[in-house]
Amino acid sequence: MAFEGLAERLQGTINKIKGKGKVNEQDVKEMMREVRFALIEADVNLKVVKSFVKKVSERAVGQDVMKSLTPGQQVIKIVQDELTDLMGGEQSPIKFATKPPTVIMMVGLQGAGKTTTTGKLANVLRKKYNRKPLLVAADIYRPAAVKQLQTLGKQLSLPVFSLGTDISPVEIVRQAIETAKEEHHDVVLIDTAGRLHVDEKLMQELKDIRALKEPDEVFLVVDAMTGQDAVNVAESFDEAVGITGVVLTKLDGDTRGGAALSIRSVTQKPIKFVGMGEKMDALEPFHPERMASRILGMGDVMTLIEKAQAAVDEEQAKALEEKFKTQSFTLDDFLEQMSQVKKLGPLDEILKMLPGANKIKGLENAKIDDKQIGHIEAIILSMTPAEKTNPEIINASRRKRIAKGSGSSVQEVNRLIKQFEDMKKMMKQMTGMAQKGKKKMKLPGLDSLFK
Amino acid sequence: MSFLKRMKEKLMGSSKTEKEELLDQTTEEQEVVEHSTNEVEEITVDSTKKIEPETVEQEKEIEEDNQQKEEKNKRGFSAFSITEKFKSGLAKTRDSFTSKVNDLVARYRHVDEEFFEELEDLLLQADVGMETVMELTEKLRFEVQRKNIKDTEGIQALISEKLVEIYEQGEEDITELNIQEGDLTVILFVGVNGVGKTTTIGKLAHRFKKQGKNVLLAAGDTFRAGAIDQLQVWGDRVGVEVIKQSEGSDPAAVMYDAIRAAKNRKADILICDTAGRLQNKVNLMNELEKIHRVISREIPSAPHEVLLALDATTGQNALQQAQIFKEATNVTGIVLTKLDGTAKGGIVLAIRNKLHIPVKFVGLGEQMDDLQPFDSERYVYGLFADALDEQIAKTEE
Repeated sequence: MAFEGLAERLQGTINKIKGKGKVNEQDVKEMMREVRFALIEADVNLKVVKSFVKKVSERAVGQDVMKSLTPGQQVIKIVQDELTDLMGGEQSPIKFATKPPTVIMMVGLQGAGKTTTTGKLANVLRKKYNRKPLLVAADIYRPAAVKQLQTLGKQLSLPVFSLGTDISPVEIVRQAIETAKEEHHDVVLIDTAGRLHVDEKLMQELKDIRALKEPDEVFLVVDAMTGQDAVNVAESFDEAVGITGVVLTKLDGDTRGGAALSIRSVTQKPIKFVGMGEKMDALEPFHPERMASRILGMGDVMTLIEKAQAAVDEEQAKALEEKFKTQSFTLDDFLEQMSQVKKLGPLDEILKMLPGANKIKGLENAKIDDKQIGHIEAIILSMTPAEKTNPEIINASRRKRIAKGSGSSVQEVNRLIKQFEDMKKMMKQMTGMAQKGKKKMKLPGLDSLFK
Repeated sequence: MSFLKRMKEKLMGSSKTEKEELLDQTTEEQEVVEHSTNEVEEITVDSTKKIEPETVEQEKEIEEDNQQKEEKNKRGFSAFSITEKFKSGLAKTRDSFTSKVNDLVARYRHVDEEFFEELEDLLLQADVGMETVMELTEKLRFEVQRKNIKDTEGIQALISEKLVEIYEQGEEDITELNIQEGDLTVILFVGVNGVGKTTTIGKLAHRFKKQGKNVLLAAGDTFRAGAIDQLQVWGDRVGVEVIKQSEGSDPAAVMYDAIRAAKNRKADILICDTAGRLQNKVNLMNELEKIHRVISREIPSAPHEVLLALDATTGQNALQQAQIFKEATNVTGIVLTKLDGTAKGGIVLAIRNKLHIPVKFVGLGEQMDDLQPFDSERYVYGLFADALDEQIAKTEE
């Protein structure tokens, strides 16, 4: 049921035209149809899709697609480039007021993730920009919204300004700005209540807050899973309060996130951050080229590489590599390697980032159990140092002891030892290959794990 | 009879029966009943011809009438407030729909490719999704050919008929909850973050409370900051007890406690909240499975309902949500929330079609009684309304 990416979609059309020596206009048209389908399934707004496809097909017809030997690839490239261009532009950081306090307003629909994002943004402001933010609880409508922000404030050890739920948000913000001046907070971060863009009364409230002191930034917080309606939401909020940027939340889900493109093309406002998880440090800068790949369903290799780079200690990797070459790879190293892979995050998420991984049969349903790694760890840790460096000495009675010690069965111990031996063999072959100067592994970054 | 008239009749007809029922219940005095229902009938008869504002006016009159009768005042008002709720929540879908559809018909006298394309666009913009739209237009094209339909007059009824057909696929439209009369009914809420689970639970608890049921809530969202307090506020508002533990505790343990408490207090309904989770987080889905397991262990037939809260603004990802949550917890129904905005949540058609999960309720606002049972025909009708507005505005320009 998983949606096909653009590459798979185009495959059918390409197969049809493969026999032909040359691609004609009709073929390009057909490919554009697939592009249109792919974008709509990625939740890009229909109107945006239409103008986008028009633009791309002009480029495609005018350009080398028709002469190209690989028209499919060419089309994908054009589409990807255009998407990246559309969503990119200058990566503007947060705009700060010349005279503090800087006022940042968070607005959006209910449940988009404003409060969580407010917490995350405060964290970024403090850590990356070295600022002293004051969080303002201006959501007096949703039950316990104030409490939620206070809890986040406590987690981050940041002050939260609140006046309960009986005072109007406009008044709360007014007093908060005063307080910020007195207490020398250089950023005021306002968490407003979620509201429907058609709710005139509440939209007026936003305008009133805005009128207090011209905010330096107004961030529209949008759920990445939003469908066609993203355009209406973005337009209405932009019209009412003049947004300056967008935060795309819940992007750690498996949505294609076409809303990013829709919003960008109707408001022309940059997407500044993306929310990648529920933890307070899960707010990342937006990368247009990655988003383009994602919308097209082409995997997210860049994120994977970055993750790998962040998690893998380079020196350790080098030492490991040396061990492979000299065939002195032990179970201890194996364990070390496991823990590094584990640092990358849940395995099935990593797999999803690999382009084409969703095409491998059976893999889509394969739920990789992270607990399995825990079991392996337990087994290896139940071995003596001698056994770890020299697994050959592990005989039947040692196996029994290891199984008992790790709470597993002898079969599991056997399996692990077999895996380890296989891996060693594989390493041997690979290092052999490398020495012959052949291509090692396709994935940069990951190969340091397996070399 | 045109599609529109039938639709209108269906809508007005249904609200009439509701009103009648409610009035019957609430008024004993023959005079008042007669008086009101007469008026209501009048409206219904009229409504096929008359436009909305007039109906509203007439209803206001009735309301005033009722208010004059002091004795009936309070109860009479409650009946009307429900009708009003329908009206305000679905106002957009009902707003002088007639003329607009006619306009479209006028623009497209012939059923041709252009007409189909326009129809496709309308539905795509309601998040119905490519596959379902294709299925519909294929069916329509076939029917049009078979019946030799040339002008748009005849196709209107066909469109809604086929859409409802795709949604229901011959299955009965089940919006009723599986309630265990005289025994404890456990309802588990699941869904991704920020779709409105806790709010919906509050509204549903209110609904049951009004029916005279003894309701208990379980604060199973022990993860998100402030979630337990949020449910507690709803509990206080509605007047039901909330079983909770501290933030960060094991949600399965909360469920265990809650079931024990529900049994001890001889509660009729236990509604369990859970933390929002994205469906691709394997660990969190495993946690949900565990919660489900713990509930089933305590009461083998429970949970009697597993409701997936789905944000109407969600696009095609909703299909994945439904599928994966169904695998983990055997979802029995959907609550489509935030339908009072401009989003339509058209993806529920595909969800029902592919995964056989029916929509049971729709959320139409933030107030306690903003939860209504789902009506597939009314919903299908609503899919077009807004987009039509826009198109007509465009043509007028």
